[in-house]
Amino acid sequence: MMVPNKRGYYGEFGGKFVPETLMAALDELEKEYYKAKRDKHFIAELRLYLKEYAGRPTSLYFAKRLTEKMKGAKIYLKREDLLHTGAHKINNTLGQALLALRMRKSRLIAETGAGQHGVATATVAALFGLDCEIFMGDDDIKRQAINVFKMKLLGAKVTPVHSGSRTLKDAMNEAIRDWVTYVRATYYVIGSVAGPHPYPMVVRDFQAVIGKESKRQILAKERRFPDYIVACVGGGSNAIGIFYPFLEEKVNLIGVEAAGAGLNTDRHAATLCKGSLGVLHGSKSYILQDRDGQIKIAHSISAGLDYPGVGPEHAYLKRRGRAKYVAVKDKEALEGFKMLTELEGIIPALESSHAVYYAARLAKRLPKDKVIITCLSGRGDKDIDIVRGSNL
Amino acid sequence: MNRLDRKFKELNLRNLKAFAAYITAGDPGLDVTKRIVLALEEGGADIIELGIPFSDPLADGPTIQAASMRALKKRINLEKVFRLVKDLRKVTQIPVLFMTYYNPVLKYGLGRFFKKCSSNGVDGVIIPDLPQEEAKDVVTLGKDMRVATIFLAAPTSTKDRIRSIAKVSRGFIYYVSLTGVTGARARLPQDVTSNVKLIKAETRKPVLVGFGVSTAGQARSISRIADGVIVGSAIVKIIEESAGDTRRLLSRILKFSKKLAKAVHNA
Repeated sequence: MMVPNKRGYYGEFGGKFVPETLMAALDELEKEYYKAKRDKHFIAELRLYLKEYAGRPTSLYFAKRLTEKMKGAKIYLKREDLLHTGAHKINNTLGQALLALRMRKSRLIAETGAGQHGVATATVAALFGLDCEIFMGDDDIKRQAINVFKMKLLGAKVTPVHSGSRTLKDAMNEAIRDWVTYVRATYYVIGSVAGPHPYPMVVRDFQAVIGKESKRQILAKERRFPDYIVACVGGGSNAIGIFYPFLEEKVNLIGVEAAGAGLNTDRHAATLCKGSLGVLHGSKSYILQDRDGQIKIAHSISAGLDYPGVGPEHAYLKRRGRAKYVAVKDKEALEGFKMLTELEGIIPALESSHAVYYAARLAKRLPKDKVIITCLSGRGDKDIDIVRGSNL
Repeated sequence: MNRLDRKFKELNLRNLKAFAAYITAGDPGLDVTKRIVLALEEGGADIIELGIPFSDPLADGPTIQAASMRALKKRINLEKVFRLVKDLRKVTQIPVLFMTYYNPVLKYGLGRFFKKCSSNGVDGVIIPDLPQEEAKDVVTLGKDMRVATIFLAAPTSTKDRIRSIAKVSRGFIYYVSLTGVTGARARLPQDVTSNVKLIKAETRKPVLVGFGVSTAGQARSISRIADGVIVGSAIVKIIEESAGDTRRLLSRILKFSKKLAKAVHNA
């Protein structure tokens, strides 16, 4: 079955739950996206930027020493950390900025948690000469200072968000409020596969390049598909990106959420593992909420996973049993961070470290003829201060 | 006919426009909310909109966001506001609407929510993050339970959208005066007049204008083109300023309500 359907639904998840003021803008985006998708010129231009500006294809790297240490399944890393701006986010911002240009919008806005999506948006704004404003929670501004400085260097205005939990959720509220106000000239670059239709589809399609390349690369190296694909899930964009081209294949898909201080505490961001059906930021999906339907504050050591919602397509894959979702604690993610740094000389983002930890543990349990691909969604330079403060 | 339809009929007979007043339920406390409602009514308000506090009010500006957070700190939830309305019904028959984001309603259970609206005297519901495309169940339940489901139209709504909003909306149509969030504005956009005309060409249902309307002058000029106005943030601001002194709070609310009612009714 093709998802989403015409109304933007993935099974019972998805849809468009936004103020009326934005509905026309969503319709406009959807129409333009379908046109662009069929436009050879658009596809060629995006491909060119992905290759010559962002650095695609990224390599599929066999992590030999990590594999040897685990004494089990082979671990491959899809190296999105090697991309320009240091994470997979640029795949999507390039695509959406080209859409914005087609739609003659002069201003980009975006929400950001870890700052990776903010930097990737500020980067394409500089590249294409567009105005740019990034909304970022006050707490995240403190823990991701380097990225804030980068965005400013790139010419973006970084607006601190003081409301609510002062993290990604509130940054997204504020970005939506700005969009409602300046909707006519502004393009909202959503960074995850969340938000109202058509965003989850648009972002998935732009990120699917991760999975398409991985498919080709693993066939060249192993002459077969992997047994497992492991990726971290906050909103879920890198995970959908690598999962999507493998949905019809016999491959186990595992999304790793942030368990924060632990799933039996109140301090985690494991929306699929512990959440329930609700509506947040424009779509119906799993969310973290209390008895009254108030959104709970998520917690994770990694700002990029610190989100009480998740993309509707992940909810759908979970409900169908097509993908499995697990959670990894802050401490374990730090362990994954350390392992990859020491054994492979790769400093991963704390978000990706969740996937690395899970993949390593999984490899240990599996026989040597099994193959795992882990999406290394970003590099860890931005997290150095947090790791330094963590007594690792 | 429910209280809301009856109110419009009665205003129509007297050739008057409607003044709807919004406040956030439970700010600064549920007992004070009850007294504020009665003061607004005494001042001349025709319709009361009770905002249900929500953690992520993305259609609201700073004033109502802050009110929402204060109410949440007092652990206000739907159940408590339903009880408040039931209590109010012993002393007033003024139409009461809920303005609530969708998630608290979804969590409460749609069927249970509408049943409770009906049994406790809530006459209508406005859900700003629920466009009509997503509202089939809500509309059906509202019809069954005789609770008006009021939809919003915006300056960016296309003609096709306005047509379907006008068709599906019950009670009245809520025209959002500007592209933006709630909150007082010194000036309102020029296109309010033409857009209200556009909606009125599609329907005989009343059209009320809200968002940004904060002064008697604005209320008066809008009442000349629409069937009424909705004032929220300007009232909530008074509540915020005088929260510590209930007597003063109520006298300020009464005075402001009188002023706005006079402006609307004499437009």
